[in-house]
Amino acid sequence: MELFSIFLNPGFWFSLIRSSTPLIFAGMAALIASRSGITNMAIEGSMTLGALAAVVASWYFQNAWLGLLAAVLVGITIALFLAYFKLKMMADEILVAIALNLFATGASIFILFLLTGDKSNSSALNSLVLPTVSFAFLNNIPFIGQVINGQNILVYVAFISTFILNYFLFKTPMGLRIRSVGGNEHAAESVGVYVHKTKYIGLAISGMFAGLGGAFMSLGYMSLFTRGMVAGRGFIAIAAANVGGRSPIPTMFSAMLFGFFDNLGNNLQQFKVINEFVFMIPYIATIIMFAFSSYRRMTEKKRLNKKILASQKAE
Amino acid sequence: MSNNVVLEMKNITKIYPNGVIANKDANLSVRESEIHALLGENGAGKTTLMKILFGIEHYTSGEILLNGKPIKVTSPLEAIDLGIGMVHQHFMLDERLTVTENIILGMEPKKGLSLDYKKATEMVKEVSEKYNFKVDPNKLVMDLSVGKKQKVEILKALIRGAKILILDEPTAVLTPQETSELFEQLETLKKQGHSIVFISHKLNEVKEICDRATVMRLGVYQGTYNIEDVTVKDLSRLMIGRDVVRSIEKKTQNLGDVVLKVDNLKVINDEGKIVVNDVNFAVRQGQILGIAGVEGNGQRELIDCITGLETTFVGKVSLHGLEDKQEFSVKNLRLNGMNHIPEDRLVYGVSSEASIQDNIISNRYDQADLNKGIFQDRKAITTLSNELIKQYQVKTDSKDTLVRMLSGGNMQKVVAAREMSTDMKILIADQPTRGIDVGTAAFIHDKIVELRDKGVAVLLVSADINEVMDVSDSLIVMYEGKIAAYFDSIKDLSQETLGEYMLGIKKMSEEEIRGATV
Ligand SMILES: Nc1ncnc2c1ncn2[C@@H]1O[C@H](COP(=O)(O)OP(=O)(O)OP(=O)(O)O)[C@@H](O)[C@H]1O
Ligand SMILES: [Mg+2]
Repeated sequence: MELFSIFLNPGFWFSLIRSSTPLIFAGMAALIASRSGITNMAIEGSMTLGALAAVVASWYFQNAWLGLLAAVLVGITIALFLAYFKLKMMADEILVAIALNLFATGASIFILFLLTGDKSNSSALNSLVLPTVSFAFLNNIPFIGQVINGQNILVYVAFISTFILNYFLFKTPMGLRIRSVGGNEHAAESVGVYVHKTKYIGLAISGMFAGLGGAFMSLGYMSLFTRGMVAGRGFIAIAAANVGGRSPIPTMFSAMLFGFFDNLGNNLQQFKVINEFVFMIPYIATIIMFAFSSYRRMTEKKRLNKKILASQKAE
Repeated sequence: MSNNVVLEMKNITKIYPNGVIANKDANLSVRESEIHALLGENGAGKTTLMKILFGIEHYTSGEILLNGKPIKVTSPLEAIDLGIGMVHQHFMLDERLTVTENIILGMEPKKGLSLDYKKATEMVKEVSEKYNFKVDPNKLVMDLSVGKKQKVEILKALIRGAKILILDEPTAVLTPQETSELFEQLETLKKQGHSIVFISHKLNEVKEICDRATVMRLGVYQGTYNIEDVTVKDLSRLMIGRDVVRSIEKKTQNLGDVVLKVDNLKVINDEGKIVVNDVNFAVRQGQILGIAGVEGNGQRELIDCITGLETTFVGKVSLHGLEDKQEFSVKNLRLNGMNHIPEDRLVYGVSSEASIQDNIISNRYDQADLNKGIFQDRKAITTLSNELIKQYQVKTDSKDTLVRMLSGGNMQKVVAAREMSTDMKILIADQPTRGIDVGTAAFIHDKIVELRDKGVAVLLVSADINEVMDVSDSLIVMYEGKIAAYFDSIKDLSQETLGEYMLGIKKMSEEEIRGATV
């Protein structure tokens, strides 16, 4: 069957990895914030402004790396802003995040218009993109080599940083502190952990990942900034982090699963499927997977108990 | 105990932002190697005084001296640095972290960039051996019993070099065994030169383990006494300002129909262990059935099933009037006359962010006499709340105070007031007087008996031997999920015998236990 042949094509898997990358970055951003006890709903906006900052800096300095740096700085700034409002001003983090997201949408278009006179994309700015990387030895491995070789450098960064974040969170003192301020901040406080400082650090890391995700969108995934290009990835990532139990490695896999549907949608466009339906696929998949995984988690114990009790009755 | 004074709190006055004067010229002087009791009724200001010492709250006026030198404690961190440790009335642990992680948090040993988990585990093992506290360092805190959690809390303070240890109602949540284990450990600490401030409402314990006692009443210092020089009676008079008569007058029992019946009940906990195993009993109108047992022998799960909080079980629980086809939900149970004083007041008992009044009406907000058409009858509600606050001696300045601002014992009084003041057929009282001072505990016991005399069935669960023996008519003992003994009458029952059944040394035959079901 035609549809099935998609999966035999290394190109499908190549682009699966590619389209999972922003979700992995954003997923890391979501989980580290949540571990520090603050829901970072502003990832979406951070990625949007990050993507724009990346293009602008890359064009202005004619250096893609400075573009990357700009995106990261923007991401960190927004996350710290969110943390400040939550911790110092006692504001509701969700409301602040909504405001930040709305601001990001408006501001990005406004800045784009100021610089290019165009409200839809940055094609007028000849920004540079980040390099792709090839490893000679991978060429010898059939299929797999084609899938993972020659990706944008940030793709590799995304996968590697998953493991680094895992190490950081579960094996370092700061990781423990971050988990403790998100778990029971009074307990952390009672042994002298600086709760606010720790939360700011957690959020800064979250912002950094959001910035990386944004930079990948405009300096790798595409080579320009277009309006609405983040397309809800910042929100999907929150679901991915939850499905992944707020742990980096499972979150990476769940991000890839979301990436799979994203990619499937793109591929289905070749067939005669209604476009609008195709665009819905990743979002519907998000809702279904999220509901399914929380339902499983909720009922896991119950199902186990029912089973044991049933066997008891039979005796 | 040496005569060396290590800590002195002088003329401490604390006024909370809402105007409550929690301490008024309070004094406390603690010597080296002593266990010093801090006594007082609910709301007397004990916890507040200790929070000031530990840097969580700040005094309005007064002075604190440590080894003769004046100190300012502005945060727990400073208190820890000064060698002061505190185990709170409500634990401060992160349930999802391991024992080791909880203990070494904030003082993690490092190896390069990593947290040195091996060293951390060793450190925890080392202190726990030094003070003879047995806990598995690798377990998640949420899998520990309350007694073990408390050990983790104490270790947290000891590993940070606490010389002065504050224990706020440490025995309120412990079983008798755990309590005696704790006392041995406190003796060890004392011998090693530590000073301990011990808050408790159980005066017998205070008599047993403490060297001196400081008494507070309504925030005011009443004096410090050598334990040898005072009797339990003296202490309670000092606390309350009057004698507490502690003998319950009970009329002869007038038994009616069976209200609650439990048949072949089996429950499994989250780890897949059978925690309630083939339990059968019945409670009748006009009967107080006590359930004694060391905590953790299935009582909690049993009560969860009966009260509709846990729905996965096999066997049968039937409530008089609740038909088979009706759902066994909390609402239906309540509509059919089951009232419940839950064990864990903060989780199931109160909404701590709501006012006393809102908590009180939460089980009757929809009753006709509190409503006028579609609106609430504020006047009736106010009258009711003020009435109950007065009757149950909740120490507060207003019915609108948030429950979170009440002292631990006063929260419990709010729950008792709500659950004992509506019409009911059965009252499930799970540790109804935990953390409540002797005076109010006596009042609640009297209320329970009064309900029984009116024909209400009462199921009373308590880990406190004195409580179950004083109040119950009949008694079940639970051990490892099973009923180990049933006493139709407790007149001739001695504490020793009861203790033997509770510890599983003795067990009755099926035949004898069957008495519980009729
Ligand atoms: N955060 C707070 N804000 C306002 N008032 C408070 C606060 N905490 C306690 N209070 C009030 O201060 C008084 C003393 O409370 P405290 O907790 O010190 O009593 P306690 O002696 O420990 O009582 P218990 O034996 O019931 O635990 C009470 O009237 C209480 O309502
Ligand atoms: Mg207290």
